[in-house]
Amino acid sequence: MLLIDDEEDFVITLAERLQIRGLRPVAATDGETGLDLVRNESFDVVILDVMMPGLSGLDVLERIKKFDLQIPVIMLTGHGRSEDGPHGMQLGAFDYVMKPIDIDELIQKIGAAATCREPRKPHDTI
Amino acid sequence: MFLLKWWERFIRTFFKYDDTSASPDRYIALRRNIVILMMVVTIVPLTFMAVINHHQYQASLKNEIINPVQSLVSKTKHSFELFLEERLSTVRFIASTYSFAELSDAKTIGRIFRTLRTEFGGFIDLGLFDNNGIQASYSGPYTHFLGKDYSKQGWFEEARVRGTYISEVFMGYRELPHIAIAIQHMPEDGPNWILRATIDTDKFDMLITSMGLDPESDAFLINREGILQTHSKFYGKVLERCPLVIPRGESVTNVLEASDHRGKEIILAYARLSKPDYTLVVVKPRSVVLKTWFTLKSEMFFIYIISVVVIILVVLKLSGVLVKSIREADEKRESAFRELEHGQKLSSIGRLAAGVAHEINNPLAIINEKAGLIKDIVEHVEDCNTAREKFLALTGSILQTVQRCRTITHRLLGFAKRLDVKFEELNLNDVITEVLGFLEKEALYRNIKIELNLAPALPKISSDRGQLQQVFLNILNNAFAAVDSGGRVSITTWEENTETLGASIQDNGCGMSEETLKHIFEPFFTTKKEYGTGLGLPITYGIVKKLGGDFKVQSKEGQGTTFTFFLSRHPNT
Repeated sequence: MLLIDDEEDFVITLAERLQIRGLRPVAATDGETGLDLVRNESFDVVILDVMMPGLSGLDVLERIKKFDLQIPVIMLTGHGRSEDGPHGMQLGAFDYVMKPIDIDELIQKIGAAATCREPRKPHDTI
Repeated sequence: MFLLKWWERFIRTFFKYDDTSASPDRYIALRRNIVILMMVVTIVPLTFMAVINHHQYQASLKNEIINPVQSLVSKTKHSFELFLEERLSTVRFIASTYSFAELSDAKTIGRIFRTLRTEFGGFIDLGLFDNNGIQASYSGPYTHFLGKDYSKQGWFEEARVRGTYISEVFMGYRELPHIAIAIQHMPEDGPNWILRATIDTDKFDMLITSMGLDPESDAFLINREGILQTHSKFYGKVLERCPLVIPRGESVTNVLEASDHRGKEIILAYARLSKPDYTLVVVKPRSVVLKTWFTLKSEMFFIYIISVVVIILVVLKLSGVLVKSIREADEKRESAFRELEHGQKLSSIGRLAAGVAHEINNPLAIINEKAGLIKDIVEHVEDCNTAREKFLALTGSILQTVQRCRTITHRLLGFAKRLDVKFEELNLNDVITEVLGFLEKEALYRNIKIELNLAPALPKISSDRGQLQQVFLNILNNAFAAVDSGGRVSITTWEENTETLGASIQDNGCGMSEETLKHIFEPFFTTKKEYGTGLGLPITYGIVKKLGGDFKVQSKEGQGTTFTFFLSRHPNT
């Protein structure tokens, strides 16, 4: 799986925790790097932070979906505006989790995403 | 034109007042000015009119009273003259009709005399005098004067020289006043002779009575020396000296105001008869004449005083009410502004709090993961000793992150603390930098480039930190809202002059149309659709004014906007 978040400290620590739980996360600290990785490698799940400088989380989501409709993307939101979550869903995100993260909730959602790998089209209605 | 300018300046100084100072003195001064102006504008014309009216009335009233008196005197004078002329004519007629010889006959003269008395009335006697002054014939009560010599008498001489004579009043038969008239007849043959008649002055009194004067007025005849020729009601009996000083009359009636011998104010009307040298005098007491005038005058005065009192009361009350409602309106506006400002501040704080919450969320997420990792390691790893280094690193990291949070929360506390205005010496650049601190994350996320051109040795300014921060926060928020991602906001500060600092915030965002520019300072005007309060700029304007500054806006649609501030370094001086 791929982790994309601009806070290096956060993303590295999260990766370590996931590793302890037996997952194999790859970390990227900006949208561009993340997109490169998506194009060049294959991932089961992408975990993507919404609020990032440069290419914003939603932009990255859009491009991932354009590239590969099937990859489930879980959004990490935490910047107050609750419309980020539903907006992300509109663009085709699989689910979202609020920061600070409840690790168990995240694991659960990652599991659900991995098993339910049906193509998810972006839809216009929630 | 000059008058207009002066007028405008007058209005401005008298009525306008400094919007920023709400001291009670301002209202006292305003009320005083309004009261003075209103009273001047109402009382001055009123007084003018009252004075003019006074004079007009006085003049016309005098005329109204004087004219009748004048014409009365004239008419009566004519009556007197007619009467005397008539009597003269009668005697002349007799003298022309009868000869000296005929009149010398006692019977004839007696018959003529009796006829005179019955037909004319007032004749007391009739006497015939020859050229030498000897009374030749007589009919009347003084028969014993027959044959006497009157040649030396004044009347005789005058009659001989002038041909006619009218005497002045003298005491005669039965101690009653009489006058004598004499005619000289000059026959073609024979010497001249004189016919003389004595007449009583009853007719005089009748003529005077017929004037119909009111009981307080008096009328009489006086001679050249001021001796009364008829009885006067107030000024003496006939043949006494009249105490009044009557100027030498003319045949035209004159009217003047004078005081009588007792000091009473009177109106004097007088006219001189052509013959004899009598003056007809009418005396009207001024009080009677002017009684109407005085009543009117005191009524007018009374009305004037009442009007002035009413005006003063109304002006005072009205101005009080007016100024009170102005003050209340001002106070309401002040408090509404303060409420708006407070609301705006709260919403600023709200935004700030949201921003801060954003910012704190990240460090919290980090702490969450790091603490979670420690827990995971403790739960999953067998040998905790090897993880000692890791633990140290993690907890150290957690502590560092907490420090990061502290800075953020302190910033919020700092902003919230300053809710009341407190002036202190500030460095403007520092204030701007602080405000930018609030916004740097947003700038970062949205790729907004911030250009700082802060003057290095900017002198200090006496101002309120919180309010200044709010001003710049408002403008910067607007700038951020205007630029797209990748936009640029430049902030410049400089020293405009020794007393003023300048600051400008320029963005290259969407700019504003001329239409929008007209409305931006209106409360509740916003282009931010749902989430703009429309209060930011009006409140900013109010704050800047209160801090003793000014600012202006330049904008071009599609190019960007510049806000330029000029802040007084020492406001209130």
